[in-house]
Amino acid sequence: MPKLSPTMEEGQLSRWLKKEGDKVSMGEPLAEIDTDKATMEMQALGSGVLRKILIQEGESAPLGQLIAIIGEPDEDISALASKAAPAAKAAAPASSPEPALAEAASDKNSPAAPSVSGNGKEPAPAQSSSGRLIVSPLAARMAAESGIDLRSVAGSGPGGRIIKRDVEDLMAGQTAKGPGTQSGQTHLRAVENLPVQKPATAEASAYRDQPATEMRRTIAKRLVTSLGPVPHFFLTTEIEMDRAAEMRKGINELDPDLKISVNDIIIKVAAAALMQNPQVNASFQDKIVRYYEQADIGVAVAIDEGLITPIVRAADQKSLSEIASEVRDLAERARNRKLKPEEYLGATFSVSNLGMFGVDEFTAIINPPEAAILAVGAMTPKPVVRNNEIVIRQMMRVTMSCDHRVVDGATGAKFLQTFKKILENPLFLVV
Amino acid sequence: MALVTMREALNQALREEMRRDENVFLMGEEVAEYQGAYKVTKGLLEELGPKRVIDTPITELGFAGLGVGAAMVGLRPIVEFMTFNFSILATDQIINSAAKMLYMSGGQFKIPIVFRGPGGSAFQVSSQHSQALESWFAYFPGLKVVMPSTPADAKGLLKSSIRDDDPVIFIEQERMYGNKGEVSDDPDFLIPLGVADIKREGTDATIVARSLMVPVALKAAEKLQEQGVSCEVVDPRTIRPLDIDTIIQSVKKTNRVVIAEESHPFCGVAAEISAEIMERAFDYLDAPVKRVSGGDVPMPYAKNLEELAIPNVDQIVAAVREVAYLD
Repeated sequence: MPKLSPTMEEGQLSRWLKKEGDKVSMGEPLAEIDTDKATMEMQALGSGVLRKILIQEGESAPLGQLIAIIGEPDEDISALASKAAPAAKAAAPASSPEPALAEAASDKNSPAAPSVSGNGKEPAPAQSSSGRLIVSPLAARMAAESGIDLRSVAGSGPGGRIIKRDVEDLMAGQTAKGPGTQSGQTHLRAVENLPVQKPATAEASAYRDQPATEMRRTIAKRLVTSLGPVPHFFLTTEIEMDRAAEMRKGINELDPDLKISVNDIIIKVAAAALMQNPQVNASFQDKIVRYYEQADIGVAVAIDEGLITPIVRAADQKSLSEIASEVRDLAERARNRKLKPEEYLGATFSVSNLGMFGVDEFTAIINPPEAAILAVGAMTPKPVVRNNEIVIRQMMRVTMSCDHRVVDGATGAKFLQTFKKILENPLFLVV
Repeated sequence: MALVTMREALNQALREEMRRDENVFLMGEEVAEYQGAYKVTKGLLEELGPKRVIDTPITELGFAGLGVGAAMVGLRPIVEFMTFNFSILATDQIINSAAKMLYMSGGQFKIPIVFRGPGGSAFQVSSQHSQALESWFAYFPGLKVVMPSTPADAKGLLKSSIRDDDPVIFIEQERMYGNKGEVSDDPDFLIPLGVADIKREGTDATIVARSLMVPVALKAAEKLQEQGVSCEVVDPRTIRPLDIDTIIQSVKKTNRVVIAEESHPFCGVAAEISAEIMERAFDYLDAPVKRVSGGDVPMPYAKNLEELAIPNVDQIVAAVREVAYLD
């Protein structure tokens, strides 16, 4: 679907002027398109035979979506046609200024270039030191035809060049790799099965990018219009902390040097809950949703100049004692302004705790591009009803802020449910 | 079909075409009495006589000019250069007369002539006698340039060249005369000019190779197969007209290209093919086109240096691994 007016974002196919099987030459009128402004004639961008019409009259398509295939009469277009189906759902980049009528024809006289998203006209991604996206011509074409934003692709070629296999990996939903790495295994973990002690990586989490669905993108667009770039909503629950507090006391009695805090337990439990609710361990990045494979938990630390959130990497794989000593070290160095950037940039989820200030309950602001943050209030003894009797329990209120572009109410609620279940019964951590 | 050497295959082509058409005649240094410096013309004087198989003096410019004149009046000369190194002396007749006569005479004079002989690197004959000249001749409109890599191709292509109405430069690789292969004995076995041959099919990378580099590329492809890389080896067979379509189809399939040649890299045939691929298949390339060429130096005499100046299997393997992003 080519851009036929300066503000056009999608077009409705009003009338096809050619049938499948008709010969077309470059520049010839191919169809009438209703844009947001007027009905416009769309011209063929290449010569050949109109092999396949993918959008029927009356249907709409966003800019850049494949709407028809022009090729040689006997050319094999099955790959292109089958690709068109997913491409139709995962809308092509709306910011692409190029028309993306698929040019299957190899006719040397019609060198109509297929659209390339992520070209020089768009904001440069952090792919190369010069800020320019380096991509092989083939990979660029494949990405354009599949509606993949190249900015979401990690290049594995020389100098970070994005090559065919990177785009294929992404299309196959495989793990995106850092530069120069070979294909590896994707580790799926069930937190319950993990031994408590396990060497955990100090690296930032690996992740898996998935094209954002049309619904996801519509939700995102509408919410942003209403609430600003990161549309928050909030979920609050009250958690009975007696067992967690008891566990903490027990561990610290075993080894007073461990000095496990309630917050350390919260970090551990949040990480475990994230592993069980991977939709929350995510990031909305315009055309894709990025799902992380480990829980890198940012821990908000107040310092004299303000606030910083050092990160406990792979908290899901670390023991409480590791988390405790790591948080102490990070917080200490945060106060001394000694953190390295990789120690405070790139968390997948954050925890902010104002309980020590006696705050019962508050809402925290999401640290983009994370999808959620958990605001933790003070643990206080309160009368609650258990078995029809009023008893005193240590209660703590937590409020989760969710980025509604990626986390819906029920998704957030399920996470919070898991979080509450584990925290109220911390033995789940070792089951 | 019979298993014959490249030398015998060429001899068969000459013999069959001279039997078939009495206008075809052969001349060159030592082609008759001595039966050819490389024995390609063995037995031809005996069978066809001294009017059709003619020993010339050592005067390349002179007998190339005689050939062009004979072609203008309707004969079909085959001019043998003892090696293509000596064709350099005859280039005025080849380029200024043979290549341009049809055009300059407004179509009145066809020049159905074949200039043939060994070319490319030879065994330790140093700088002046060991060089690849195809890019010179391919540069000029009006000349066809043929470079076979197997006995069958040599026979089929030489027969087509002799029957062709345009001047043809037919370069036989000096190191390959003894190579054996199955060759048809059908007197009308022809391979059309301008049609490439896929010597091996593959999916991961295309190696374009001609002449001596074809067997080298095939060995490299075998080695790469063991490493899990499937290579397609495309032999253009004629440099001009170039069957670029077959090359482009292969590139569209594999997305990666290595071009192997024993000539110097600068302004070589690989540079031309590389440009064509970029113009016609840019959107299908996953890596820059990689050339593996001979050294950019006069051919050294010393055996160890000579080896370094000619592309080998390992260089082609390394180049393919580079374009396939495997290292």
